Amino acid sequence: MNALFLLVRYAAASFKGQLSYPASTLMLAVGQFMANMIDIFAIWALFDRFGAVEGWRLGDIALFFGLVSVSFTFADFLSRGFDVFGTDFVRTGAFDRILLRPRSATLQLMGHDFRLSRFGRLMQGVVMIVIATVTLPLVWTPTHIALAIWTVAGGCALFFGLLVLQAVLAFWTVESLEVVNAVTYGGVQAAQFPLSLYPAWFRTFLIFVIPLGCVAYFPVLAILDKPDPLGAPDWLLPLTPAAGFVFLALSFVGWRIGVGKYTSTGS
Amino acid sequence: MDALRPYASAFAARFQLVLQYRAAALAGFVTQCWFGGVKVMIYAAFYANSAQAAAGAPMTLSQTITYTWLAQGLLALLPWTPDPDVVNDVRTGGVGYDRLRPVDAYALWFSRALAWMIARAIPRVALMFAFAFVFLPLVGLGDWAWKGPANATQGGLALVSTALGLALSAAMTMLLNILVVATMNGRGLQILVSPIIIVLSGNLLPLALFPDWAHTALLVQPFAGLFDIPCRIYSGALTGEMAACGIVLQVFWSLVLVGLGRLAMDRVMTRLVVQGG
Repeated sequence: MNALFLLVRYAAASFKGQLSYPASTLMLAVGQFMANMIDIFAIWALFDRFGAVEGWRLGDIALFFGLVSVSFTFADFLSRGFDVFGTDFVRTGAFDRILLRPRSATLQLMGHDFRLSRFGRLMQGVVMIVIATVTLPLVWTPTHIALAIWTVAGGCALFFGLLVLQAVLAFWTVESLEVVNAVTYGGVQAAQFPLSLYPAWFRTFLIFVIPLGCVAYFPVLAILDKPDPLGAPDWLLPLTPAAGFVFLALSFVGWRIGVGKYTSTGS
Repeated sequence: MDALRPYASAFAARFQLVLQYRAAALAGFVTQCWFGGVKVMIYAAFYANSAQAAAGAPMTLSQTITYTWLAQGLLALLPWTPDPDVVNDVRTGGVGYDRLRPVDAYALWFSRALAWMIARAIPRVALMFAFAFVFLPLVGLGDWAWKGPANATQGGLALVSTALGLALSAAMTMLLNILVVATMNGRGLQILVSPIIIVLSGNLLPLALFPDWAHTALLVQPFAGLFDIPCRIYSGALTGEMAACGIVLQVFWSLVLVGLGRLAMDRVMTRLVVQGG
């Protein structure tokens, strides 16, 4: 409980800081909302011109997009310290101070900053889910709702794991590598679309290497009550978000190795 | 020609300086390949889905793919932000020095902004060329590669159109610069303008793939000249009279925006107050 209490204290301090510039925070949130919302124009235009693809309609894509956006938002919100770990902690030597404090480094890095502007992306995800609900139309039974929450939890774990891995790389590179953006921001983009649209080698990558398909494609099929056109059995679909948690656990194994090897850059 | 020398040397100095930051170009490269690659796969799936719609589309799949790689490689040519040097000068009061120089301040800043954009774009587009034009065909993904210009005429016209697109982009950057001088902070506007640029320049989706009824409106708006028009001319999706029309639109918008920028700059600069420094 102590850890949770501390995290809430961190969050309160961070919110208070950002709310002393309310106009700036609001502007950033609106910007986030718009920057993510515009993708729907491209998706809409493509469906308008080419019609449904392999039975997928605009509403299906909106549901994929909405759920993966919400997952990423939560991960991004909770992991700012890992995201800027290389630049702000390793290079500056600030990680030494974190290690000296009698609390876990993970907790302190999670509490580093909680950016309210991320609510812009969250709103975008919610709007996408509403678009899906209205256009399909989709009926939200309690089972569906539970499945959606489970999907978001798995997705959040996966994206959190990716950001932890980015921080692990920083132990060696002493920089926050932008390369990881390809699979975080880029992952959100790839997971917007059903895996069946991709060629086989890319599908394999998205299922077995970075299991984005397991936290978006498979469980969303279950929410849509569709059988998998790729042939995954129905009973498997709702279970796949667990892969996100496995990924997160593996990332923390990497994190422990990195912390063990850490030598300060000094300052 | 002597009259142009200060602007040419401002251009050269800035160009050489910015070209030093090659590591920054490398950092975003993988992400851009990923984004481009996913888009290409999605376009391929949509085009493969309906032969009839694909035949009726104003751009072929191959043209759309080339467009996508160019869009990823030439991101730095779009007017995302005010020139960071100008922002810094405004904060530190250095803008006062520019007022003292016996040169035209608009032209000076314009050349510096131009150099800044081109120097950032060159290493990025070279990397993208190596990946999408050279590497992809080598690994057997020739269908998804960035292709050369449709023919020599289109290639030549695309060069002219790209130069005009650059002028247009620098003129828009100048408007953002002037806004920073006037308000000390252009961040808010910048956040709101970026999504508009992404959609209306064609960076998000080739403008020709939007519904047919929107085409005229999308062609005549100023942002089309930044990227969509040069790129469609390059791939042969905009030919003959339509290509000429596109280039005329680019000239028109460049003149309008430069005129607007000069007018606004005169007004802002006469009221400029430099505090300390």
